[in-house]
Amino acid sequence: MAETPTAFARHRAGTQPPYLYPDYGSTVKRAPTRPLIRLEHTLSEITGPSFATGWAGPAATDLTKQHEGEPLGERIIVTGRILDEDGRPIPRTLVELWQCNAAGRYHHPVDQHDAPLDPNFTGAGQAVTDDDGRYRFVTIKPGAYPWRNSPNAWRPAHLHFGVFGGGFVTRLITQMYFPGDPLLQYDPIYQSTADEAARERLIAAYDPNLSEPEWALGYEFDMVLRGRDATPFEVA
Amino acid sequence: MAAKLITTPGQTVGPFFALGLDRPEWADMTRHNPDGKRIVIEGEVRDGDGAPVPDALIELWQANAAGRYDHLHDEQADKKIDPNFHGYGRVATDAQGRFRVTTIKPGPVPGRGNTLQAPHVNVAFFARGLLRQLHTRIYFADEAANASDPLLAGIDDDSVRRTLIARRGDGGVYRFDFILQGKDETAFLDV
Repeated sequence: MAETPTAFARHRAGTQPPYLYPDYGSTVKRAPTRPLIRLEHTLSEITGPSFATGWAGPAATDLTKQHEGEPLGERIIVTGRILDEDGRPIPRTLVELWQCNAAGRYHHPVDQHDAPLDPNFTGAGQAVTDDDGRYRFVTIKPGAYPWRNSPNAWRPAHLHFGVFGGGFVTRLITQMYFPGDPLLQYDPIYQSTADEAARERLIAAYDPNLSEPEWALGYEFDMVLRGRDATPFEVA
Repeated sequence: MAAKLITTPGQTVGPFFALGLDRPEWADMTRHNPDGKRIVIEGEVRDGDGAPVPDALIELWQANAAGRYDHLHDEQADKKIDPNFHGYGRVATDAQGRFRVTTIKPGPVPGRGNTLQAPHVNVAFFARGLLRQLHTRIYFADEAANASDPLLAGIDDDSVRRTLIARRGDGGVYRFDFILQGKDETAFLDV
């Protein structure tokens, strides 16, 4: 019997959003109604895609240099580490970023918000973490924008992030918010996670040491993925 | 032991994910010409009203034709890694809520203890309206090993179990629908 690495730990209660959260109206017709079937982890769950540098194509970590001119907006540096819950960095994992422009408009045909597109800003980037689990992007601060979830609803400024981690079940797609945003208290997507400390994981920290003089504001945003369960399991 | 860090909550992929995540070439997992039998998995995604879901993202992870995952923690020495098969795929639904992915039939992989799992593709499923992903698996109707697969065998209700099994079509095409709510609701997994 060869001992394989242990299964991933389950999320602690309240630290992830529920599927059904009626304040976010779109969950009502899309959340599963049957209880999920619990699956103990096997090789299928503890393995997952790995992304050596270059697998995903050239890294595109500076979203302000993808066009001829500079995009409008407040230039920001967003950096952080991908960790598991035991604090272990996750190197060479893919980090994908997408966002709207400084006016609150996505470069996407479905977005009909009456705000200008910026010909110098697409809003998509990719990075692969270094040996210390760190990624770094240069971009512009996205704007808030209205949505039709409820009358006069506005999404707080946010970046969308996707990360993989060590196994297929550690996959995370999330959003990063900015400290002090008055819209957070009204946003059902942010508020959907019951645990306050878990919610606060979604808010980047302004760090003057990351800011670059005369050039860009710096934010630190770590993303923490599931760690390993304590008990090993065995396969033949 | 040091206190554990709190994990980052998921947040919905939203309606505009194609901007950052759309990589049409990743819907062809055979693009590097791997070993194995070419198959197509296609289907549609429908919500609780039976309406098509045009903003869903389906991610797939599977073993190669021999039944080995391309991952350092799969240490099955008797099965070869296929350098031309990474095992990860991604496809978004179109305006009619349909998707189509090309891959190879995975081999069986070991389960817990001395069990063997029937060939399957692992799925992480995202959409606007899902605050975090759902997980499920795609099995194949023409696999005798389904009868002894630990997950399938553990589901007593046949109407639930069959939502995990892709139906065989013509010419290596399998049909698998994601039904988010209702009578034929897809079985989703707590992983």
